[in-house]
Amino acid sequence: MFLRIWIVLFIIFISYTIGLYMFCDDGTILKPDENIIAGRNTWQEKNCQSCHQLYGLGGYMGPDLTNIISTKGVNRAKTFIKYGTGKMPDMSLSDEEVNNLIAYLSWIDNTGKSEITPDKIHWTGTYIIKEKAW
Amino acid sequence: MHVSSALFWIVSGAVGCLIVNSNKTMTFSSTNISLIKSFMIIWIITIVVVFIFYSLKQYGGREYWEFPPVLSIPIVIAWILLMIGYYRHWLSIKNKKPLYIIMWGTGILFFFITFLEQNLWHIDWFRESYLREITVQWKANGSMVGAWNQMIYGTSLYMMVRISGNKQIAQNKSVYFFYFLSLSNLMFNWGHHIYNVPTAGWVRHVSYAISMTEWLFFISMIRSFKGKLSEYRRLKNLTTYRFIIASELWLFFNLTLAIMMSIPAINMYTHGTHITVAHAMGTTIGINSMILLGAIGYLLGIDDTYGRIKRFVQYGFYISQISLIIFWISLIVAGILKGYRGRVLNIDSFQEIMSPVIGALKIFSISGIGVLAGMALISICYLQLLRKKKKIL
Ligand code: HEC
Repeated sequence: MFLRIWIVLFIIFISYTIGLYMFCDDGTILKPDENIIAGRNTWQEKNCQSCHQLYGLGGYMGPDLTNIISTKGVNRAKTFIKYGTGKMPDMSLSDEEVNNLIAYLSWIDNTGKSEITPDKIHWTGTYIIKEKAW
Repeated sequence: MHVSSALFWIVSGAVGCLIVNSNKTMTFSSTNISLIKSFMIIWIITIVVVFIFYSLKQYGGREYWEFPPVLSIPIVIAWILLMIGYYRHWLSIKNKKPLYIIMWGTGILFFFITFLEQNLWHIDWFRESYLREITVQWKANGSMVGAWNQMIYGTSLYMMVRISGNKQIAQNKSVYFFYFLSLSNLMFNWGHHIYNVPTAGWVRHVSYAISMTEWLFFISMIRSFKGKLSEYRRLKNLTTYRFIIASELWLFFNLTLAIMMSIPAINMYTHGTHITVAHAMGTTIGINSMILLGAIGYLLGIDDTYGRIKRFVQYGFYISQISLIIFWISLIVAGILKGYRGRVLNIDSFQEIMSPVIGALKIFSISGIGVLAGMALISICYLQLLRKKKKIL
């Protein structure tokens, strides 16, 4: 009995996992191009996530950057990344690296909004995020 | 970096206690021992190398495991060795009824699965969509916590059986039921990390629904409270037992927090704030580390010693507990402030949002030193105890 429940649960887990990989997103977002990928690599090598969040996930020393490009603009972001501020370190990145990071952040910006507004809350307490048609 | 250090401590501690205790229930064969020893050697060397990379500022830039990704290879190899050694032993155990034996096996298996899953991003397909990438990453991270909890709670259950001498507590219908409940939560309750990510709606709904089963844990804890109280009166002289009871209290606090955070409408305010950190620290320090310190103390026979060492362990215990309470509350205050200023008052400038939060974070840092000091004191006592034991042998 014990073993049987375990196996059933495990099979559900595997099926759910595969289903999730396939269908958690509707595939309308453009695939990353070379610049975006390069930006992503810089993002990882410089460990930006240790201070910044994307969709609220990451370190808390700096602000969430999911929608920084659409809300604050490219130029401001470029200046911050290139020169830093008192709190944001200047990592002496080249112009190319900065541009790639901006490309990466813009790509993420297009995937959605990090902040949930109260109108998206269903009475059961869950969210209905209907930005796209699914 | 501190995240990885905490993870390494917890996973190493969890595996260490698990192996030593399993060995007590049934001795490992020499082949299995050498497999597990090779796991340990590779594991420790990798950890050292990881910290060398950190000190050179070489990162992999992924949350939880921030080291350069090649170092995942030795970790996987080490873990496979551990699995071969452990499962060969596990299969030869005749009486698998005590739940801790099952929990240990579950934890080791799921750590492996989730560790592999965490590395799926090396396959380009997973990264073609940022939503998919972040979903898979946080699915794996969330489940991995469940995996080490299986190992550690297994050890806690084992200790309770040994301390109370009552075998029944590890093999009755109700603990089996809660095992399956926690296994389902391990598998499906990770969505609160990514509620605000615009994935398909059902990802959110499934997690939300599963996470509400946590109320059952909650209710059962309240119901067993009275029984615990009398047990506490009986066993409170035991240092080991104190660690366990502290971990249960922290479990209660953090469960309350977790249930709240699992409701998307509340998560909206807590997500991306220090409340998340309070939850993470509360569970890793309050629950996991306390059980591990208790378990190590138990293995060293702390309750059979008298005098200074035992007294100092108890001081360390109280120092860390009291600091941890302050630590935890200051994080929650910081989180509420940040959530309130950012999401309710909608203050735009990051600096301005954070200015009153900084005060709470200062208290947090100071009490953090207290937590570490308390735990360091306990560790030093344990080391001394170990030295003494070696001398006697
Ligand atoms: C040591 C922590 C830290 C690291 C590492 C870090 N940042 Fe920052 N960052 C900050 C802080 C703090 C601020 C807010 C600075 C301020 O408001 O003066 C900030 C601000 C920013 C901003 C501007 C946000 C706005 O409000 O317009 C951008 C863009 C940014 N960082 C990008 C990056 C990128 C890209 C990286 C990695 C290459 C990175 N940061 C690494 C701490 C950090």
